[in-house]
Amino acid sequence: MNAPARLTPLHEQHLAAGARMVNFAGWDMPVNYGSQIAEHHAVRRQAGMFDVSHMLALDLTGTDATPFLRGLLANDVARLRQPGKALYSCMLNKNGGVIDDLIIYRLADDDYRLVVNAGTADKDLVWIRGHIATTGANVTLQGRRDLAMIAIQGPQARELFGAALPQLREASAALAPFFGIRLGETFIGRTGYTGEDGLELALPATEASAAWQALAATGVAPCGLGARDTLRLEAGMNLYGQDMDESVTPLDSGLAWTVDLRDEARSFVGRDALALKPATKRLLGLVLEAPGVLRAHMPIHTAAGDGETTSGSFSPSLEKAIAFARLPLEVEPGEQVSVDVRGKPLPARVVKLPFVRNGAAQI
Amino acid sequence: MSKLPDNLKYAASHEWVRSEADGTLTIGITDHAQEALGDVVFLELPEVGRKVATGESCAVIESVKAASDIYAPVSGEIIANNSDAVDAPESVNSDAYATWLFKIRPDDPAQLGKLMDAAGYSASIAE
Repeated sequence: MNAPARLTPLHEQHLAAGARMVNFAGWDMPVNYGSQIAEHHAVRRQAGMFDVSHMLALDLTGTDATPFLRGLLANDVARLRQPGKALYSCMLNKNGGVIDDLIIYRLADDDYRLVVNAGTADKDLVWIRGHIATTGANVTLQGRRDLAMIAIQGPQARELFGAALPQLREASAALAPFFGIRLGETFIGRTGYTGEDGLELALPATEASAAWQALAATGVAPCGLGARDTLRLEAGMNLYGQDMDESVTPLDSGLAWTVDLRDEARSFVGRDALALKPATKRLLGLVLEAPGVLRAHMPIHTAAGDGETTSGSFSPSLEKAIAFARLPLEVEPGEQVSVDVRGKPLPARVVKLPFVRNGAAQI
Repeated sequence: MSKLPDNLKYAASHEWVRSEADGTLTIGITDHAQEALGDVVFLELPEVGRKVATGESCAVIESVKAASDIYAPVSGEIIANNSDAVDAPESVNSDAYATWLFKIRPDDPAQLGKLMDAAGYSASIAE
């Protein structure tokens, strides 16, 4: 904890905007620029932007790229049949535990872009390189610390992006959801971590400040990690290190849908272990039916046994406390349970995720 | 930069205290505290009539980030709490010194002397 925090290429922008900064995964990052609740609403109602340069973009290229990735990831890149198409996957260890979750874009059969989490980037590089060595695959892996990354999210995000960065307007407007495109050293993906439409932009670090300022000038609101967390929670999106880690399988983390077992001939790291470990828990949503805020690691009592919250916060869009809960398999959405909130049992209702979709409450 | 009213006293635990003409005390939390907490979403305030001891946790302020206890700066009896603040907890963020939380009738007015003045509190939060 004594190493100085790393700085993203946009650090000066955050300080100039008066952001409250925090050390996140070893990086000095903005938590908010005044009010995380206001920033949350900006994303749901217009457009907000996040500096996500602490995450790491990886280029994986080579003639063996596709078979290599089919052997590395729990989701199957063979299902990406059009250039630029992306998917969300977990990367498992041989016990079926989750090493990281990531988005991967297939630009060509021999050319992929991956984006991994900040806190796991070093571990991921070691893991993937080790697997390249073990398999002898003809692939090259390159970490792209030369890039900055900005996520622009919200119903007006794509429109304002095109206005701010007109040289990218045509390419970005043509992108279908969950597709990406590379233009020189710039990369645009129509992906995000908020449940809203939007784009994720990767560009040379030297160009980042100008892009950020251009976006701000069109009215895109700078948003910090606080809003990022309430948005992804409402959208039912897992956070690595909280909702899952190496000690749990994707099946116990609400991520069975990201494990593609259809090709029985496809062997991938962790597949054999998953076959021996069917789900023992389910991950569902929780809405608190009393004043208070849900947080991680709160004990839950149900008719079928005990569980625990994995993530929690206050939902600005619903104006209630919400959480993800790892629960016994028998628990169903609609049930009432009790949560220990700072020593007091409070009533909560189990719901299916997500809590909010396309700006509208689902619960 | 936190603005620190001169007419208030301050506790190390970031409560501000205003002496009223009738000898009662009005209590809230400082601008420094609200900024550290982030967006406030719930307040649990002490019931009228409750007796509190100096330093006793008697209220809870819950922000998106964390729940924090608020401590009685002096011993006495709670004579009022601010239900308007409970209905609009974000007012603590928008103006911490204008948003009172509860009022105490102190057992011993001399206890006020143990609290900091603006300069003392300012020095204590400076880094």
